[in-house]
Amino acid sequence: MEYLSIVFQEAYKILFLLVPVLVSVAMIVWLDRRVWAFVQKRQGPNVVGPFGLLQSLADALKYIFKEIIIPSSSNKVIFILAPIVTMTLALIAWAVIPFSATQVLADINVGILYLFAVSSLGVYGIIMGGWASNSKYPFLGAIRSAAQMVSYEVSIGVIIINVLLCVGSLNLNDIVIAQQNMWFVIPLFPMFVIFFISALAETNRPPFDLPEAEAELVAGYQTEYSGMMYAMFWLGEYANILLMCAMGAILFLGGWMSPIDVYPFTLVPGAIWLILKILLLFILFALVKAIVPRYRYDQLMRLGWKVFLPLSLIWVVLTASYLFYFNLLPVNQ
Amino acid sequence: MIAHAIFFYTFSIIAVVSAIMVTASKNTVHSVFFLILDFISISCLFIMIGAEFLGMIMLIVYVGAVAVLFLFVVMMLNVAQQKNQWFAGQQSSRHIPVGLIISTLIFFEIIIVIGGWKYKPEIFDINNSLSQTSISNTHSLGQILYTDYIHVFQISGMILLVAMVGAIVLTFRQRSGLKRQSYIKQISRERAEGVEVLEVQSNKGVKIDD
Repeated sequence: MEYLSIVFQEAYKILFLLVPVLVSVAMIVWLDRRVWAFVQKRQGPNVVGPFGLLQSLADALKYIFKEIIIPSSSNKVIFILAPIVTMTLALIAWAVIPFSATQVLADINVGILYLFAVSSLGVYGIIMGGWASNSKYPFLGAIRSAAQMVSYEVSIGVIIINVLLCVGSLNLNDIVIAQQNMWFVIPLFPMFVIFFISALAETNRPPFDLPEAEAELVAGYQTEYSGMMYAMFWLGEYANILLMCAMGAILFLGGWMSPIDVYPFTLVPGAIWLILKILLLFILFALVKAIVPRYRYDQLMRLGWKVFLPLSLIWVVLTASYLFYFNLLPVNQ
Repeated sequence: MIAHAIFFYTFSIIAVVSAIMVTASKNTVHSVFFLILDFISISCLFIMIGAEFLGMIMLIVYVGAVAVLFLFVVMMLNVAQQKNQWFAGQQSSRHIPVGLIISTLIFFEIIIVIGGWKYKPEIFDINNSLSQTSISNTHSLGQILYTDYIHVFQISGMILLVAMVGAIVLTFRQRSGLKRQSYIKQISRERAEGVEVLEVQSNKGVKIDD
């Protein structure tokens, strides 16, 4: 019985984490479209609900009532599994995100590695969907995205090493606390820029949305999907974007820490600061979508392997030498 | 403890069944997916014995990178067709001896490993005493790897580097007649070399190419 109560308690916590995440994913889609529209001097979705806030709910309702079409020549099990994998991976990563020093579902030792692992698994949903559709455009999209995500993961990994050198721990809460005096965005600003651009590529956002480049590949890996399965891909993608924003906020912008450590600011709960930082990063994501044209595929690969990887490696050497020379290396125990 | 046992048997059964399915499934892409499932359940087992760093690295390196490239290659090759050719034609007989030699070697290796393996209940005590100390898994691994085993670590790094250089050398080929984009050349273009202003007289025109 005792065991059962623990399970229920955990399930309750998970529910209280996932429902807000899902609702905020719906809201973030609206925000994305609004920002995009404002940059182009349009109105964007403004009809359903106040300021069009309920637009995403209306869209979701529409998707639910649409028929799910499974192509007869597709590989049915993998075809159905693909959106589920995307959605699940986007949601399980939220388990380790700390909303304050105590508000975290799983405060594990290797939090940042877990986040990195889950975000690198995200490519499977896309590959599975693209391959199982048994159709040209989805397959091309899947192949593109596999190469793209693997390439940019490398530079994200090296950037994480930079931050870890300054922290000396893989725990996400330790990473946040290490930024008490100065956010890592200041000493590691070039790394923040590279992280931001790599995050765009990792989540298949414009200008790196080649897996779903609508002018060449119809909708890439999503071409054969319809109804709720398409919506799940779409939700998973936005949940992943939010996750990358959260990762950026924790690694570089001080996570749940208030920007100034003085009286009225410290009263605000950490979750609100984290959400504000995630929103700030997300608005940057949305602005980039609106103002930057799509990259060509060879340019994308060149940027990942020939520019970002050497730059971030050099920066690792610089950070390590600086910390070593000035005896600033964090020593635990 | 019972929850521990349930999780252990779930993950190990998944690992064994998917390992069998890797070789048993007809579709090569399915085999790779089963391989991925195998990797994931093994990393769960790693996490269960308290080796969370190894488990996560397993996920990142094998599942996140190696298996993706594996899948990439398998999807690009027309493996089904090739397999049919192998089994139908005379070519298959040439490969059978090599396969037999490798599988007997691996078989004997497994026998040696299983023969030397003993179930030790003390391992749980060691595990518990480890988890009671404040040093985390990652710290202890780093403290050993970069001090006592630094040479082994460096040698393994060198082996990986050699393998990487070898792969690049094998696949690198200089193709002629390829148009490459040079960013420096594009950016450093001046107006003088790109644009020319000419007086065009009527009925005479201008000769563009020279």
